[in-house]
Amino acid sequence: MRKLLMAAALAVGLSAGMAEARTVRWAASGDPNTMDPHSQNVGTVTMVLQQIYDPLIQRTQELGLAPGLATRWEQVEPNRWRFWLRDGVKFHDGQAFTGEDVVFSIMRAREPTSNYGIYVDTVERAVLAEPMVVDVITSTPDPILPNKIASVMMMSRAWSEQHNATRPQNTRAREEMFTTRNTNGTGAFRLQSREPDVRTVMVRNTEWWGWNEPASREANITEIIYRPITSDATRVAALLSGEVDFVLDPPLQDLARLRAAPNIKVTEGPEVRTIFIAMDVNRDELLYSDVRGRNPLKDLRVRQALYQAIDIQAIHRTTMRGQSVVTGTLFPPQVNGYTAAEDVRLPYDQARARALLAEAGYPNGFEITLDCPNNRYINDEQICQAVVAMWARVGVRARLNSMPLAPFFAKIQRDDTSIYLLGWGVPTLDALYSFQSLLRSRDGGAGNGIWNYGRYSNPRMDELIVRMQTQSGEPRNEAIREALRLYREDVPHIPLHHQMIPWAMRSTFTIPHMANNQPYFRWARMN
Amino acid sequence: MFAFIINRILQAIPVMLAVALISFAMFAYVGDPVAIMLGQDFTEAQRDALVHDLGLDQPFWVQFATFTGHAIRGEFGLSYRLSRPVAELIGERAPATLELAFCAAVLALAVGVPMGVYTGLYRNSWLSRFFLTFSLVGVSLPTFLIGILLILVFAVWLGWLPSFGRGDTVQLGWWSTGFLTWSGIKALILPSITLGLFQLTLIMRLVRAEMLEVLRTDYIKFARARGLPNRAVHFGHALKNTLVPVITIVGLQLGAIIAFAIVTETVFQWPGMGLLFIQSVGVADIPVMSAYLLLIALVFVSINLIVDLLYYAVDPRLRIGRGKGGH
Repeated sequence: MRKLLMAAALAVGLSAGMAEARTVRWAASGDPNTMDPHSQNVGTVTMVLQQIYDPLIQRTQELGLAPGLATRWEQVEPNRWRFWLRDGVKFHDGQAFTGEDVVFSIMRAREPTSNYGIYVDTVERAVLAEPMVVDVITSTPDPILPNKIASVMMMSRAWSEQHNATRPQNTRAREEMFTTRNTNGTGAFRLQSREPDVRTVMVRNTEWWGWNEPASREANITEIIYRPITSDATRVAALLSGEVDFVLDPPLQDLARLRAAPNIKVTEGPEVRTIFIAMDVNRDELLYSDVRGRNPLKDLRVRQALYQAIDIQAIHRTTMRGQSVVTGTLFPPQVNGYTAAEDVRLPYDQARARALLAEAGYPNGFEITLDCPNNRYINDEQICQAVVAMWARVGVRARLNSMPLAPFFAKIQRDDTSIYLLGWGVPTLDALYSFQSLLRSRDGGAGNGIWNYGRYSNPRMDELIVRMQTQSGEPRNEAIREALRLYREDVPHIPLHHQMIPWAMRSTFTIPHMANNQPYFRWARMN
Repeated sequence: MFAFIINRILQAIPVMLAVALISFAMFAYVGDPVAIMLGQDFTEAQRDALVHDLGLDQPFWVQFATFTGHAIRGEFGLSYRLSRPVAELIGERAPATLELAFCAAVLALAVGVPMGVYTGLYRNSWLSRFFLTFSLVGVSLPTFLIGILLILVFAVWLGWLPSFGRGDTVQLGWWSTGFLTWSGIKALILPSITLGLFQLTLIMRLVRAEMLEVLRTDYIKFARARGLPNRAVHFGHALKNTLVPVITIVGLQLGAIIAFAIVTETVFQWPGMGLLFIQSVGVADIPVMSAYLLLIALVFVSINLIVDLLYYAVDPRLRIGRGKGGH
């Protein structure tokens, strides 16, 4: 009897412990546009959806790869990757997760209306080898497929078919798709309610397969309430007044104040995003310059001069308030292929810059228009202002044309620019992604040079990129190293810095700071 | 009377068309929705397909005709940003904006009129001077600054009121109201003050000027000579006669409150139509922007019509003029 009572008391105690609600109220400036996991590939969408959906392969806190819904994977043939799936996983609606769902999800991400095509660009098809073993067949050998598959979330085939959502989105349709506001994942949290632009509530999925993983054992969040707050000042005020616990994107100008506030802490780390200035190195005459009949930016010496005229330390100190990592290369150290030896800047030297300009035939400099976004990257417009002032000191008279991201991207995507500021994130964490999009000649091939608006084109670079796509191991690493060296020598861009991302939160809340700027609440704790 | 209304409605049609055309033409300059919808990774083929799907490859006039044709039937299509029907989005946001506008208007009237009467009657008291100085603040400080100051004082320092959002709302059919919960009412206070402050000071100054004017007239002197009590003179005779222009202004300002709640809604993250509009501008969400601008034009046109009708009812001269067949 006594034993029974004790057992009952223990059971009550346990359930009370489990039931203790730990709510985290979280805010950031933007709201996810959709709840469809294969539609919009932007941070504001994935920051919510990756709490709800799992990929086959997960990211670790250091952005390495770890088993997710697949327990192991192997390149069994050059064109075939095999994934062994985790048993006993259930979707939030109670149905079991199977290989059928994986095949369906990978093929769904390949639909033309998906934004996630880059992650499955080499995938020809996915087939079921055994009920819980899936083969992904690629058109060319793809050594980095696991890095890419880590961004493809797994949906339920039965649920998607039942709700007529087998394609990610359909802009031709005049009605809303079910997946725009509903989810059914296998993840650590399930969507409880969603009012777009107002409030998104997620609750702990107690049946999630990963709660016993070492990183999640201490996690105790039972409910996440996400509310977007657009205005910077209001977002900070809400944190200071205790109405929210966690702000993903505190404005830089308020960091000092937040650090000084009691009960608030700021964590920071580098983001996988590099800010640089790219130049039109293709046209015979620039669209926006006073130089007629020739393109000064085609001359390496002019590009070097613009580079060496920039006092990057001043930008780091003053414009970025120390919140940047100065760089001389294309991507930050978290990316596979990063080589410290190639991360060296041309030295800041105004005299040398003037000499180079004179040598190239522009002793009095020239005029040019710098296109710059003003609401896309951290302090983007201020960076451009600083650069314009620095160029003025060596005689290059740059006009600053700064605008919001919507017209900015439209303009540069028409190649309607002479020189522009851009930031580039690397979600696959592999060098190929940056090289292929930014520096490959635009030859119509999928993904080739789609963000290369300076039309940089170097046959050797193209060759190296093809090697990155098809080879693996040391030959591939060698190709990346050579491409990075070529990038330094050719100066198609003027690299500036990697962004730092600060997160602000109440001191009772802990969450690992992630370089992909994504919070993982399955590792978070509220005391 | 009927002919007058028909006439007015016919006049409203070209106004609405002009607004539709101007707003539509503006969209060519706000940016390319395709660039934003495609994100960082896309192929040229995907881009062309999307442009074609959205009908953006058609000539401007064809696009405009399609838009107008759908708009007449109340169809504004899907929001590019949220992939949801625009009419539904606006319907969801309207209660928040209307409740906020209502509170701001009531506040402006309930505080502005008594303050105006007081400053009109006791021109030289220190309190009147204080009110007038205070009204200068209301007129000259920009709305977003007032909002941020209120948040700083009442949310961050004192911790009495929420700094953002609508609090808990109760769903009455399709209407979501914040009036029925304590947190909803608390959340209304700061945005209402922010939004209503300018109108409040405007009404106060208007009532004061009208009072000063009316108090000098003969019938007020006569009323005093008859020995009527001050109360009856001030409120029964003077205030009543100042209210005609005040009502006109309030009517027109109500439209302005609804239309220009954008700034207040952004500062307080108030989930209304103005915030929806701002978020849509950021990503060039053309269907939402055009629907919103048309709706605001409709609000102004309707309010103008009602004000015209009120004139017609209030001012006998208009009616006599028509009865005689015009002059």
